[in-house]
Amino acid sequence: MNLVINGNSMELGDEVSSVTMLLEHLGLAEKPLIIEHNQDILQKEHYRQVMLENGDTLEIVHFVGGG
Amino acid sequence: MSGTNRYHRQTLFEPIGETGQDRLMESHVLIVGAGALGSGSAEALVRAGIGKLTLIDRDYVEESNLQRQQLFSEQDAYEKLPKAIGAKNRLNDINSMVEVEAIIADAGADLLSELAPAIDLIIDATDNFDIRMLVNDISQKFEVPWIYGACVASYGMTFTIIPGQTPCLQCLQGYLPASGATCDSVGVIQPVVQHVVSYQVTEAMKLLTGNRAQISGKLIAFDLWKNEHMEMEIEKLKKPDCSSCSENRIYAHLSYGNQMKTTVMCGRDTVQIRPQHGIANLSKVAENLRSNKNLQLSWNPYLLSIQDENFRIVLFKDGRALIHGTMDEMEAKNVYYRYMG
Repeated sequence: MNLVINGNSMELGDEVSSVTMLLEHLGLAEKPLIIEHNQDILQKEHYRQVMLENGDTLEIVHFVGGG
Repeated sequence: MSGTNRYHRQTLFEPIGETGQDRLMESHVLIVGAGALGSGSAEALVRAGIGKLTLIDRDYVEESNLQRQQLFSEQDAYEKLPKAIGAKNRLNDINSMVEVEAIIADAGADLLSELAPAIDLIIDATDNFDIRMLVNDISQKFEVPWIYGACVASYGMTFTIIPGQTPCLQCLQGYLPASGATCDSVGVIQPVVQHVVSYQVTEAMKLLTGNRAQISGKLIAFDLWKNEHMEMEIEKLKKPDCSSCSENRIYAHLSYGNQMKTTVMCGRDTVQIRPQHGIANLSKVAENLRSNKNLQLSWNPYLLSIQDENFRIVLFKDGRALIHGTMDEMEAKNVYYRYMG
């Protein structure tokens, strides 16, 4: 399966089927993030239900504090 | 300087024009923090001819600031000048027509509440979410927009929060790092500071010149090193029961007590202590400590620096102390009481 994450194309195994699994795969499971899936912002509670398909685009950002 | 030509290139820019310039010159902006982001925003707004600028900062200039904090010089670091003062001096040199108010203090609820009624816009140039949550409550309570901005390494982020319109920072709380977890040891490069500042100041100009329709409305994040740029519509994250911006608002961060507070400063091996009672008599403290030959004392009109074998204590007039050489809040308190009694 091919996903476009933050503008970068990424090839992933089909077992990475949900947003939660993708975050685990990327080592971001416990990180505070905001995620947009195909231009739709996701509520945290829905990460588990949202299924990924070939060609999906995701934007993943994390808040930082420095300034 | 007559000033007649000063803003010519800016007024030629059609969305601002003479009308926008007049509005800018009647505006009062508060910048919370005079570090990297605060220096950048302050310089840009002062050059643009903002009416009045208030700067709050609790820290003083150090050598390691000079790589990215554009208002400060080697001399400022040598003199340990408070950042608010160093910034004001430089800003006055840049544009003497702008009124700059420098406040050397921790941006607490009382101080922000006092300032807010006269403020048109707040720019976030802080380095932690505790203060941002406070700024967010102030913004909602006094209906003053604020522009979040932050950066670390080559990554930066910004979002404009407009009361009654956009989600507020409290709405996003579930997506933020836990308190104190943002301290970093990965450094930061100067261009990303400028990039965040560019967004913040441009958004500020839109708001202040009556160009609200141009406000981005999006959460913007970028990594300049990795060549990534993300923009997100986050309207959906506005919480209907938010404790800061909904009908059930309680402004929880404003009611946080007035007791002695200790704060570990990001990546600095430093703890700030803010005692319950403000104001320190610096010359009296210096007098008391002078007989102790193990201590090296130095001072300027704003602060007193005390160096012992293990720690450096910097005491400000408003009673705060920075304890350098520890990240342990208990140890810092002990050091504080050792010399301040």
